[in-house]
Amino acid sequence: MAHRVRPWTQADGQELLKLLPYDERLILPALQAVQQGFGYVPKEAVAQIAVALNVSVADVHGVLTYYHELRTTASAPIIVAICVAEACQAAGARELIVHVSANLAPVGGRSTDDQVDVVEVFCLGNCALGPAALINERLVGRLTPNTLEAALSDARVAL
Amino acid sequence: MTNTVYVPIDSAATSVGATAVALAITAEARRRDIDIRLVRNGSRGLLWLEPLVEVETVEGRVGYGPVTAADVAALFDSDFLTGADNGFSVGIVEDIPWLADQQRVTFARVGVIDPLDINDYEAHGGLTGLRTAIALGPSKTVEEVLASGLRGRGGAGFPAGIKWRTVLEAESGQKYVCCNADEGDSGTFADRMLMEGDPFTLIEGMAIAGIAGGATKGLIYIRSEYPDAIATMRAALLIARGCGLLGDDVLGSGKAFDISVRVGAGSYVCGEETAMLESLEGKRGMVRAKPPIPALHGLFGEPTIVNNVLTLGTVPMILAQGAAAYQALGADRSRGTQVFQLAGNIARGGIVERAFGISLKELVETYGGGTRSGRPVRSVQVGGPLGAYFPASALDVAMDYEALLAAGGMLGHGGIVVFDDSVDMAQQARFAMEFCSKESCGKCTPCRVGSVRGTEVIDKIINNVDRNENLELLNDLCDLMIDGSLCAMGGLTPMPVLSALRQFPEDFQR
Ligand SMILES: Cc1cc2nc3c(=O)[nH]c(=O)nc-3n(C[C@H](O)[C@H](O)[C@H](O)COP(=O)(O)O)c2cc1C
Ligand code: SF4
Ligand code: FES
Repeated sequence: MAHRVRPWTQADGQELLKLLPYDERLILPALQAVQQGFGYVPKEAVAQIAVALNVSVADVHGVLTYYHELRTTASAPIIVAICVAEACQAAGARELIVHVSANLAPVGGRSTDDQVDVVEVFCLGNCALGPAALINERLVGRLTPNTLEAALSDARVAL
Repeated sequence: MTNTVYVPIDSAATSVGATAVALAITAEARRRDIDIRLVRNGSRGLLWLEPLVEVETVEGRVGYGPVTAADVAALFDSDFLTGADNGFSVGIVEDIPWLADQQRVTFARVGVIDPLDINDYEAHGGLTGLRTAIALGPSKTVEEVLASGLRGRGGAGFPAGIKWRTVLEAESGQKYVCCNADEGDSGTFADRMLMEGDPFTLIEGMAIAGIAGGATKGLIYIRSEYPDAIATMRAALLIARGCGLLGDDVLGSGKAFDISVRVGAGSYVCGEETAMLESLEGKRGMVRAKPPIPALHGLFGEPTIVNNVLTLGTVPMILAQGAAAYQALGADRSRGTQVFQLAGNIARGGIVERAFGISLKELVETYGGGTRSGRPVRSVQVGGPLGAYFPASALDVAMDYEALLAAGGMLGHGGIVVFDDSVDMAQQARFAMEFCSKESCGKCTPCRVGSVRGTEVIDKIINNVDRNENLELLNDLCDLMIDGSLCAMGGLTPMPVLSALRQFPEDFQR
């Protein structure tokens, strides 16, 4: 979830890494825990993870840059991940993206009120009820421009 | 009598309002002072009817769908609690031909039971398979899986029993069972629905694999795009530990087995088994060269059973009902059932579990009912983003591993995506190349660079820049990717591209 994150501090970062279960003292789970707690992976956290796991900064950086979902800057409070994969294309995803780009933000962009990030995703497992999107952690399907707007309003209210 | 009402909690159903319907039913019942028991079941897989509400009656469960929260008062007014035939009724759900004609084995309990009620699970045949495996012991359990003919449902179709035997015979102090729940293929959602609708069957299947292979640790690698499946699996694991299905002494067998969930981070190639293992080790999801095979040199270098959710989720039924019963279904070397997933622009999308050998035409036309838009079907992609596009005129192909290969396609994870006549197949070919360029792990040049070049070349073809030369170049590029790629990401991306080019040449000549 993109919201309810706290600002990163050296001490909180340290504490969070200490809480990692023994078998998750690995680079990817550590990065995921940091992102979950603070909303993104700050530069300082990379060095901290390297020390905590006894690996090089380059190793941590390598993992951080590999995965599409890991971020090095804070996201907007609402993330709309729109499915752009084949089954949703067949059901009208390309047209939905055109609408979203014109009215909210282009894929990869942020809305002018800074509340919403629009990202693309390849399949959400809702391929019989496309077009689909994940708004923070809520899956929505059979999307039209209107139902997407409605789901977004719900997300804004929930903030 | 308290009425039992079912409203699915499956995320496909909630994506179109099932939770609002459940809340409205609870509120309306309270307002009318009627006592009901509301169960949040998985989805039956008749996704075009979602949200599908069911009411228990003496004749069976009567369905109403699709309903919205706004319809709930009308449902009560028209006596749905007695199973009345009103405007929303679809009759006894298990008598709907679409469902009645299926052969549900892997999905037998999905939509029927309360996913997190272990007693409900056991009452519907759960845990019988694991008890059988414990009684049989490792070697005989492996023999049963071998005899069933079960092949991997993740895409490659490798016989599960052979993999298990390799792990059983390997010497090691620590073996693993890794469940591949990365389900990255567009058009597929069966892993998700099984995890959300019948999570204990996956846990039981993994415990059987653990006992058969001599592994004590299991990991489930679930993609982050599935938050509900992650939550359901985690909740089910807690319950399983609490009742002795997992832990130091699995169902009193004296054998230890436990499972944890790991979450992906948005990478398609991490569904490839060696990339998944790298990711489970916390590293970049780079594909490893094989050999060594994961069965001998898997997670942290130890012998590892890697199987798809559906493969592992089918094992409990095989052991409960016997290998022969499963083996009796199917065609040629494809034994048992396949959980087909009907997706895209389709009138009746969802889960169709049938014995191998059913035709693609029957799936798309009889079950699927053609397109949702009502326009003619033009093209069908089978087997995910690396699968071939079939024209509407060539759907008479039997759905089994070998027959599909012979027809120039592949089964993959069983996803079937339907497109109507508004599709531009040159754009679909371009998308396949672009997808590969975005998701390539970067290890092989033909895949990493070839896919970028491929996207550019298709753009030139679309824009009629030196079209004939570029068509030739595209063919050469595809050959290079097929020959020079380490895994199926680069090796099979040419399949959708070339099938689009060969079956729909007119779309590249506009
Ligand atoms: C690019 C690529 C992506 C894959 N994605 C998945 C996936 O999401 N889920 C899966 O089970 N198998 C996937 N596979 C297949 C796995 O490599 C492997 O064959 C499978 O997990 C083995 O389990 P099974 O024998 O039960 O099918 C993928 C393969 C490739 C090449
Ligand atoms: S074919 Fe592509 S994804 Fe597969 S190993 Fe090579 S570069 Fe990685
Ligand atoms: S293709 Fe969009 S949800 Fe699967």
